Amino acid sequence: MKVPRCKGSRDLSPGEMVKFRLIEKAFRDCCLKWGYGEVRTPTLEYLHLFTSTGTLTPSLLSKVYSFLDWDGWSGERVVLRPDGTIPVARLYIDSMEKEGLAKLFYVTNIFIFDETGKKSRERWQCGVELIGAGSPLADAELISLALEILHKLGLKDTKLRLSHAGLVRAMLAKLGLSHDEQTKVFDQVIDGDIQALAGLKPRNPELAKALSLLLDLRGKSSGFLKNLKALFQHNLPELETPIDNFINVAELLQALGQDYRIDIASGRGFEYYTGVNYHLLCGEQNVGAGGRYDDLVPLMGGEGIPASGFALYLDPLMDMVKPETFAEPAATRVQVRVEPGDTETAKRGFVLASRLREAGYIAELELGAQKQADFNWSLEVKGKAPHFILTNKVGQRRFEAGTAEEVLALLRKNVNKDSVA
Amino acid sequence: MSIRIALPKGRLLDETAALLHLAGWELTDYHREARSYHLKSRRFPALCLRVFHEKDIPIQVAVGNYDLGICGLDWVEELLAKYPTSALVKVQDLGYNMGSLYAAASKSARMTMEGLRTEKSVIRLASEYPYLAESFALGLRLRQFRIFPLWGAAEVYPPESADLTLVRAGTEAELSSYDLAPINKVLDFSAFLIANQTSWEKKDMGEVLDSLGDKMPARFPSPAKPAALGTPGEQPRAGTDEDAVWLALPDGHQQPPTLELLRKAGIHIDDYPSPTGNRRPRVNLPGTLVKTVRPQDMPLQVANGNFDLAITGRDWLLEHLYQFPSSPAAELADLKFGKVKIAAVISKELSMADVHSLAPLRIASEYVNIADKYARDNHLGPYRIIPTWGASEAFVPEDADLLIENAQTGRTIARHNLKITDVLFESTACLIGAKSGTYRPAKSRRIENIVNTLRAAVEDA
Repeated sequence: MKVPRCKGSRDLSPGEMVKFRLIEKAFRDCCLKWGYGEVRTPTLEYLHLFTSTGTLTPSLLSKVYSFLDWDGWSGERVVLRPDGTIPVARLYIDSMEKEGLAKLFYVTNIFIFDETGKKSRERWQCGVELIGAGSPLADAELISLALEILHKLGLKDTKLRLSHAGLVRAMLAKLGLSHDEQTKVFDQVIDGDIQALAGLKPRNPELAKALSLLLDLRGKSSGFLKNLKALFQHNLPELETPIDNFINVAELLQALGQDYRIDIASGRGFEYYTGVNYHLLCGEQNVGAGGRYDDLVPLMGGEGIPASGFALYLDPLMDMVKPETFAEPAATRVQVRVEPGDTETAKRGFVLASRLREAGYIAELELGAQKQADFNWSLEVKGKAPHFILTNKVGQRRFEAGTAEEVLALLRKNVNKDSVA
Repeated sequence: MSIRIALPKGRLLDETAALLHLAGWELTDYHREARSYHLKSRRFPALCLRVFHEKDIPIQVAVGNYDLGICGLDWVEELLAKYPTSALVKVQDLGYNMGSLYAAASKSARMTMEGLRTEKSVIRLASEYPYLAESFALGLRLRQFRIFPLWGAAEVYPPESADLTLVRAGTEAELSSYDLAPINKVLDFSAFLIANQTSWEKKDMGEVLDSLGDKMPARFPSPAKPAALGTPGEQPRAGTDEDAVWLALPDGHQQPPTLELLRKAGIHIDDYPSPTGNRRPRVNLPGTLVKTVRPQDMPLQVANGNFDLAITGRDWLLEHLYQFPSSPAAELADLKFGKVKIAAVISKELSMADVHSLAPLRIASEYVNIADKYARDNHLGPYRIIPTWGASEAFVPEDADLLIENAQTGRTIARHNLKITDVLFESTACLIGAKSGTYRPAKSRRIENIVNTLRAAVEDA
């Protein structure tokens, strides 16, 4: 009986894993060069890690994979990690708080139930968290790092959409909603339902104007924010602090030559965001998001320390990267064919294949079902002299050799000719 | 085309039977004393009718084993809370057996929604509706909570054994009679006609639905009728006695032999079994307080220290330990009464080899973890466990292939055209407690005293 794979899960084939590792490598290389260190947190966490902070919306929490494990008699549920940031914040509080600043990155899977079963319920992401730095410089660093990685991946048409969770919150606070209503609307906004904001009808006309300006307008420079500030500062002084912060980050990005669009309505994200937050797109596809979350570490019982981070989504990126555009040439592939029946010949084949690998070739023993077209060279290993016969696929040339050294010398001499041919 | 309908036993039986009588279905054997779960309708001979525990009906209809079903809306919502994409259509409110589901706490706790929201310590939530309880906790954004699923008697848990309960009641007055105060009404419910989504879209069930008519609620205007009320009377409380020992005694049919054992041990107990439904009987053991709860719920409660001692069956202790091997709950004494065999049961028409060849094999049981372990240990092929809430015999052969059931004499099994193929173990009543409880000396002495007294009573017998 054919056993199907779990609904909503995905297998990664060797071809897809090549892309996966390319993205991972570009991501890791960039992060290491910017001075970030890699971490890995467990797949299983206690559910209360995610409920206790009140930082994931009930709608997201109702889609987590939680269950009682073998130790679950106390009713303590465990959960397959539904988010990358919160476990890293836990790790920071657990063992890194003394260090103050922590620059961390990770490649991890997260698990969120999707009712349709069409989207993968296991999603891979490359995440970066910068804990202990609260300046606009830190926001600009993370955004620049994210864009650099996308650039390294050879992706064209990348776009940056900026929003500011602090500004949305300040606006909601002004609308005279109860704490519950504010949370509800904010949750709807970050779950992607911007209509929730548009549906609010503030009695104060100034507020109505501010709200519609915020939601409807799209700006491409900090000038847009300055205009908004000028409009608001007399009547809505509460918005000044978040707007100033937004202006600072936007000006910095402008100076760095990063194109962006300010779009408050693109605020979809996590409830723990408190400041600038952003989405990264390739064409129309969302490939990443990030933001500032200054309250998360203190909410989790840590010290009052600012933090921000982003994640790039591996699944859509894998559909976009083209391995052939990466400069690194693929290694030459040699198929080693051993004359059957003789142990000594087999041993000679194994030893030679091992020598080839040490010399940087991909050497595969012929097992009967490989595709000839996959190999640049074929090497026959025989019981009698000449022990080795080397044949090249492209030029149909044939060489004989008696020792491993001779084989390696022949390959060195002829491989380049092939690549020219 | 035959239409398959799942009908409830238990609290909805009388009014459902009355409704179907009015609809002219002329059912054989749908009453409390009936001994078969397979019914026939003289008016609609093609109908395939089965009687289930009400709680099993939404699942059976959702998975497509039945086209229609009648059950309380509370159980439909409980299923949907966990599995929102279930293929269920709520066809019609039948308007009887109305009630509400409340989140409630002990009156003495003076708990409010706001207080809960800001509470930093762990909230223990005990309920027969664990999925609705979880939604409630998540929706309220409780910071830390533990859900304790129950088989019943949820109203007696607060405040000592749980902080909150999600409990059904006809009215707030009924809630108050349990000494509980409502914190929030979670749901209003009544009996509902439900349908499987695919059947509803594709199958012509017009004649049957038509017979039920469109004025069902009007025909059954009975106001919310509170279920048989227990008058709790004066309720003993733990008060400030930190050395009080909490003892759980079984409700249901294990009450007479439990009472007999207590009598032999020289322990006098008042109001047990209670004709009024009081679940807090008094006992003449110093510093010992008693609650009457479901035996199924006891091991988990003992593991969590909500009870210190409990009289339950070994079957329920093992069911708990197979799920949670690291649990501190342990058997302290074999009480030797209530002997049953826990057995693998199949249809008389089949051999075990036939059953082995089925894929996937459907195993129905009240003992989900015992059934799971049995299937693993016996290398049963691809299998699915179907949790049931009793009356498992009704599942074979149409809706399950194998049962893990308890059998006293085997007569019930034979009557349903079933046979035992394997006995897993024998279960008797036992006294359970925490394996390595760290109690204060006075409490430790009290516990030891009860254990020894009961052990001696068993040996003397």
